Amino acid sequence: MWENIKDFASTFFVTGDPLIYGADVSIGLTSIAILFVLTYFKKWKWLWREWITTVDHKKIGIMYLIASLLMLFRGGVDALLMRTQLALPNMKFLQADHYNAVFTTHGTIMILFMAMPLMFALFNLVVPLQLGARDVAFPFLNSMSFWLFLMGAMLFNLSFVIGGSPDAGWLSYPPLSELAYSPGVGENFYIWGIQISGIGSLATGINFLVTILKMRAPGMKMMKMPLFSWSVLSSSVMIIFAFPILTVTLALLFLDRFVGAHFFTMDLGGNPMMYVNLIWMWGHPEVYIVVIPAFGIFSEVVSTFSKKSIFGYKSMVFSMMLISVVSFFTWAHHFFTMGSSANVNVFFAISTMVIGIPTGVKIFNWLFTMFRGRITIKQPMLWTLGFIPCFVVGGATGVMLAVAPADYQYHNSYFLIAHFHQVLIGGVVFGYFAGMYYWWPKVFGFKLDEKLGKWSFWLWNIGFYVCFMPQYALGFMGMTRRLYTYGSDTGWDLGWAPLNMISTVGAFVMGLAFIVQVWQISYSIRKGERDLTGDPWNGRTLEWSIPSPAPFYNFAVVPEVEGTDAWWKTKEDLKNGIKPAPVKLEPIHMPKNSAIPFIMSVCWFIAGFGFVFGWMWMAIPGLVGVAISLLARSFTYDTDYYVQVDEIERTEAALRGRTV
Amino acid sequence: MKNKLSGWKLLMLIVVGYALIIGVSVYLGWDKFIVLDAKGPVAEVQQKLIMLTGMICMAVVIPVIGLLVFIVWRYRDTPNNKAPYQPHWDDSKLLETIWWGIPIVIIIILGVVTARDTYKLAKPPVSDSTPITIQVTSLDWKWLFQYPDQKIATVNYVQIPAGVPVRFQLTSDAPMNSFWIPQLGGQEYSMPGMAMQLWLQADKPGTYYGSGANFSGRDFAKMNFVVESKPQADFNTWVKEVKSSSPKLTNEGYTELAKPSTMKQQFYSDYPATLYTDIVNKNGGIYMKHGSESMSSGSYNGSTKP
Amino acid sequence: MAHAATTHSHSHEAHESHESLKVLGFWIFIITDILIFGTLFACYAVLHTHTNNGPGAKELFEMKGVIIETFILLTSSFTSGLAMLAMHKKNVKQLIAWLIVTALLGAAFIGMEVTEFVKMVNEGHTIASNAFLSSFFTLVGTHGLHVSIGLVWMIALMIQVSRRGVTEVTTRKLTNLGLYWHFLDVIWIFVFTVVYLMGVM
Repeated sequence: MWENIKDFASTFFVTGDPLIYGADVSIGLTSIAILFVLTYFKKWKWLWREWITTVDHKKIGIMYLIASLLMLFRGGVDALLMRTQLALPNMKFLQADHYNAVFTTHGTIMILFMAMPLMFALFNLVVPLQLGARDVAFPFLNSMSFWLFLMGAMLFNLSFVIGGSPDAGWLSYPPLSELAYSPGVGENFYIWGIQISGIGSLATGINFLVTILKMRAPGMKMMKMPLFSWSVLSSSVMIIFAFPILTVTLALLFLDRFVGAHFFTMDLGGNPMMYVNLIWMWGHPEVYIVVIPAFGIFSEVVSTFSKKSIFGYKSMVFSMMLISVVSFFTWAHHFFTMGSSANVNVFFAISTMVIGIPTGVKIFNWLFTMFRGRITIKQPMLWTLGFIPCFVVGGATGVMLAVAPADYQYHNSYFLIAHFHQVLIGGVVFGYFAGMYYWWPKVFGFKLDEKLGKWSFWLWNIGFYVCFMPQYALGFMGMTRRLYTYGSDTGWDLGWAPLNMISTVGAFVMGLAFIVQVWQISYSIRKGERDLTGDPWNGRTLEWSIPSPAPFYNFAVVPEVEGTDAWWKTKEDLKNGIKPAPVKLEPIHMPKNSAIPFIMSVCWFIAGFGFVFGWMWMAIPGLVGVAISLLARSFTYDTDYYVQVDEIERTEAALRGRTV
Repeated sequence: MKNKLSGWKLLMLIVVGYALIIGVSVYLGWDKFIVLDAKGPVAEVQQKLIMLTGMICMAVVIPVIGLLVFIVWRYRDTPNNKAPYQPHWDDSKLLETIWWGIPIVIIIILGVVTARDTYKLAKPPVSDSTPITIQVTSLDWKWLFQYPDQKIATVNYVQIPAGVPVRFQLTSDAPMNSFWIPQLGGQEYSMPGMAMQLWLQADKPGTYYGSGANFSGRDFAKMNFVVESKPQADFNTWVKEVKSSSPKLTNEGYTELAKPSTMKQQFYSDYPATLYTDIVNKNGGIYMKHGSESMSSGSYNGSTKP
Repeated sequence: MAHAATTHSHSHEAHESHESLKVLGFWIFIITDILIFGTLFACYAVLHTHTNNGPGAKELFEMKGVIIETFILLTSSFTSGLAMLAMHKKNVKQLIAWLIVTALLGAAFIGMEVTEFVKMVNEGHTIASNAFLSSFFTLVGTHGLHVSIGLVWMIALMIQVSRRGVTEVTTRKLTNLGLYWHFLDVIWIFVFTVVYLMGVM
């Protein structure tokens, strides 16, 4: 009996590596600490009522933000582990299997559990406020999206201590990810972690598309909409078209592994290349899904901090929509070297380069927004200015990669690694940071400290260039990705060591930058400049017209809009002595909190965990729980309520220090 | 205010960054950049293309960054800045036409050179000599090379005659990999059930680095191989040597070879005649179209004639 | 935003527009579902010849049963349409009656499909036999799963309608269900054509 338990435990828990034991202990201690703090301060009820069951888009956004920063930490630690292993040739810091798991989880976490939720955080925190709406179209669904994401992310991260991490690369190409070559449960964690959070992402795409199409303030025509909202629309449309493909692809991979189907296996007629096509049909749009909202953020920030309306609004909208369409026709550039015919390669090479056209146009439009403006360099603008050169270089190397015959030499090399980190860090991360610093006072009511912010910005930037510029060179030296070791151990010394060392130093500088950011946040919570006006940056769009943080119903009175930059215009009118018309408060229709999204997501987690280990006694009750949750929702009719006028008056008076 | 210097700091950063790389590169020696040190016609075409497209991209990147620095400096928000301020100037047909036009022209140029070289490299290198064929199989974690015309086989070592076009046929009997000899030309995937084709040629005798470029599991990092290019006469001698002094690769021997392991170089004087086609067909080759060989579906027949 | 919105008089209007939002959202959900089926069809198209020298579509499919299934499902789509008509007439009894007929037809369809699958599996043709059968069972099975979920949903709505009658909310729910049911019918027509008809031809 005891032997059986010991046997089970040694396969169930990941063992054998001091790093993992260390992580086990710290995870355990942190969990105990959190439970203790919640109990000691009697915060359980508060947590349940204010956060877990909330359907308020602002709170959901904050939860997304916290989760994504935690995931940035986890993915960042993965990155530093990798860079440490590669700092010197023949390094013995990580074993091959461990290294392979680390680069797999690094990629998966950074794209799916860091970039996506950080993006959804900004969607949630900003879009309804920018549109003059009281919430998203489907608040209940929104809460469900968040909890599905979180449960998926938890399930994925659990693989670190239970069962073993996936180690077949962030896109899990078969046949390597098939049972024959990855017999452990790691790939199952990968599939179910992404699958569960993917349902949430799909729902968010639908939710924000409907919100933007139908919930805009009266008078806000599509072509009067702030550009960030446009970028969210573009991104949502791409989510709707791309994520179903991912769902199917992972489901088929799971069928291969679980019931022995033969979609992507080597034997009995399976076709691994089909997986590669399918995963990139999702994967390529996916990178535009995360980068387009960053473009939207830059448009808002550049305009605000240049005190000038955005240059070429129509071009900006058109170019975003063009990118979102063309991004569905470029997927094969990820495998020019997979034996496609010359015609196919030429088609995908040119379609990829075509994306460079609207992207280039956007850069010029940002530059000319600043031209003849008045530029103040606060943190959001600083990140934007850091973004432009970084993204221009990253974009240029992207165009170089699109040149199919040359790609035969870049493919799978560190040149490629440097390129996509440059567009993903320089574009997406810098963009979301710009957005985070920009909207932080709106969300929390205080600014993040400027001085610490500048430190972190420069450390991030210097670290970035020191880390990734050498990697372009390493690509030209023939270094391929995903090598856990190099140098004499492998039989060749090709002189990769010095540049790898420099790159590692750069990575640690970025790690330091992140620590400064964490310090900045904790410092600013205590001492940050409070935002009493609701409009700390002299903003242009509707979110700045209400107090910070916004009341739970957002707008006491739904604003009526006449043009772009609605709030800017109102302020100009006020300066010119035009008084706003008197308003009349009316009861506000609001959705009620619900525990169902949380419970249902927990049931998904249970089902997912059961499927990972092939425990049907666990998976089936989990799925039944999901079904019951959905039915319970269907039978709930008491889903909303009205906020009465006197409560609105009291809230507004408290927030603004005066009546509306 | 020190803010006004931000643009300059940014430029400095980039300049310092590139100076660092160039400095280190010079220190390391240019010949370490094997991708740019072409030793054969295929790699040469690609190297020229890399240089050309790199230059074109630089020609765009540098002015844009310069423009950014200029604008940020010129229109900074300081009390006595005399530069014009036009908060409502946000539209210009002329300017927009220019910057839709510039990228379009650049993409047309790049598109043309891309198409030109893609079609060029789909064909074998032009040469007076008769091409030879080498059948390559990626295994966990080693490379098997079969010479169908010479009837010898090697592991993790491939010798080719200098100045002769080599037609590599690539497949895999393990998770897919990618076959890459940077100095001779770009890589191509080796896929189970497929017989891919990659033309390469070494102009002069020499030793080159070959590697598996696509992650294939635990000991992927050790999946590199030696490529030696020798004059035709030396190559012929080497073949004879292998023929006379090495063991045969049997079917059982192959099964053993295919098991996951790392391995030093091996040489075989013979191998089962249908080994390569069997590998391709058992992994799904019967369903595949075999590229330029024939567009008809059906069993892979292992033809070695282009 | 100089003056407040006057159009947003509260209550009824806002509520009604919210129900229409949900119908729009459901349409978009159906688009995503179309993409799911589209991907499965694409896989079937790639793999349908990959039988590993086992029996193919011609040998395995029995058209008689499939044609009956098709008629049953098409009829259920028609009866669900009749249920919608009854709903618009606010005739609860008729509505529920037609929903019951629709559900019974749907259940019959599922029953026949399950029988067909069980028979194939008993003859040794399973999802694990070869790539063709993997893609066949997955595509047709996904459709069957959708129909089964639709049945549970339909029963839930019957209970709700019998309790609450035809209100704005139940109307919206039934509208979505109707959309879903017709959508599954359309998908089935593609399954019937691409998998069965083209398979045996």
